[in-house]
Amino acid sequence: MNGSAPIITVKNLVKKFGSFTANDHLNFDVYKGEIFGFLGANGAGKTTAMKILCGLSHPTSGEAKVAGYDVYHEPNKIKNCIGYMSQKFSLYEDLTVVENIRFFGGIYGMDRKKIKIKSRQLIEKLGLTDAADKLIADLPLGWRQKLAFSVAMVHDPDIVFLDEPTSGVDPITRRQFWTQIYEAASEGVTIFLTTHYMDEAEYCDRVSIMVDGRIAALDTPGKLKEAFGADSMNEVFLKLARGGSDN
Amino acid sequence: MNNVVVENISKRYKKAGASGNTPIDKIKNARARKKGLNTAGDGIQALDSVSFRVDSGELFGFIGPDGAGKTSLFRILVSLLLPDSGKATVCGFDVVKDYKKIRNISGYMPGKFSLYQDLTVEENLAFFATIFGTTIPDNYHLVKDIYSQIEPFKDRRAGALSGGMKQKLALSCAMIHKPEILFLDEPTTGVDAVSRKEFWEMLHKLKGNGITIIVSTPYMDEASLCDRVALIQAGTILNIGTPKQIIDGFDSPVFAVRSENPHQLINDLEKLPDCESVYPFGQYLHYIPKNKNSKPEELAMALRAHHPQAEVLRVTPDIEDCFINLMKEKK
Repeated sequence: MNGSAPIITVKNLVKKFGSFTANDHLNFDVYKGEIFGFLGANGAGKTTAMKILCGLSHPTSGEAKVAGYDVYHEPNKIKNCIGYMSQKFSLYEDLTVVENIRFFGGIYGMDRKKIKIKSRQLIEKLGLTDAADKLIADLPLGWRQKLAFSVAMVHDPDIVFLDEPTSGVDPITRRQFWTQIYEAASEGVTIFLTTHYMDEAEYCDRVSIMVDGRIAALDTPGKLKEAFGADSMNEVFLKLARGGSDN
Repeated sequence: MNNVVVENISKRYKKAGASGNTPIDKIKNARARKKGLNTAGDGIQALDSVSFRVDSGELFGFIGPDGAGKTSLFRILVSLLLPDSGKATVCGFDVVKDYKKIRNISGYMPGKFSLYQDLTVEENLAFFATIFGTTIPDNYHLVKDIYSQIEPFKDRRAGALSGGMKQKLALSCAMIHKPEILFLDEPTTGVDAVSRKEFWEMLHKLKGNGITIIVSTPYMDEASLCDRVALIQAGTILNIGTPKQIIDGFDSPVFAVRSENPHQLINDLEKLPDCESVYPFGQYLHYIPKNKNSKPEELAMALRAHHPQAEVLRVTPDIEDCFINLMKEKK
């Protein structure tokens, strides 16, 4: 992984809300094609950092570049090369499969011709030909999940941000989803993800754990377990994440 | 003694928009008709003839993914939703006929944070106490352990609390009227691993006081923290018992396998003629052979050519193994 170039670089990134420091001098790189797990307790500052990296919020100080673009001056260019998906919100339930693809393609700035071609490819690849005009609400969860991930990548982004993509998902669908993540990563897409399932932290190439606005640990799951004398990432997390004072 | 008795409860929802009453419904329906989609449709079977019993003083868990029917079931048990058919009693009271009694004896914490965001912590608690004809001082001893942790913030608006504090306030509000039974709908969803652990410790303490607790969760690892659990999926109960009974009922061996190249390992394991299923479980893959007498050494031998370093261990299945197996059997 170290051989390839970083696609996200973060240096001394600080974000303050009034007197509260949500992100306190973050430093990390994410490499192309990497599955990067971004973990931390509720309120540790994950969402704040993720919003900055998606071009939705400005840092107070420090540097951050995503896909070569600066988060201060080129947030819109960043938005064109990233995809985003969360379990809470991913597809419009009362639009059909094709309508969702068209909608998100448009949002991601693709032209009509390209959207048409891409829709056809995507539907074929996912085996959804017969379901193309069905409402999302009528699709089984496993299919929805697959489609949501593909829609987040409809514009061939360099990086996909997955914000708790598997929360509340049954164990089979959850695992099928990871197969899809691996596939995308092997094609060179960088995956940046948050999760509360600690077994999923084991599937990441590298994991960072945020505590009280700082990155308290960052390494491969294997090395983190070794460093903390733990048998599982769950143990590592429990040892680290309580940090300061949260209730 | 049985505290909750549920017999053949079913609930079906009509498709959203099928009622056709609001302008949005009308647009949706017109659009659906134009596209030849179902309007009235067959609806969704949220609960399909669900039966179970919970004993007094038990900590009973419903484990299942989103859409399994957990919330519908809870809403029926606390008298906020009518079942289509079947019968349920809570502490001897019928959930339909005796709904007023049910509301007095049960505490309910909905999955979605449902307190008043623009009332303070203390105002919320006082509100719920008043609704049930009691006061905070009268029942303070019941919520003391939990409420004292958020009491330093009693003048803060509920909407401005952190997730963990909201959870504690919601639990305090659900208990301030001294319920005999608590219904907690997904109290740990979206909560980090540390706060989840603390929440369960809190529940065990409450259980020590003799209160019956029915809790639901999508996190399968939390099953081991319950006295008994029901695994629920698509409106039906797949299995019910103590965590140990459920695990003991899994009648195939499970091999945990790992090597340096997990993706290749999955592919190679799937190709083995003896492979029933293979799924990633954290740092290991769980491999279930078709032949129940298979030995881990045999599997290591079969993998030797491509994965000479592969580690193969026989392990006790966990609840997720059981859940996956039951899901497959059902299909």
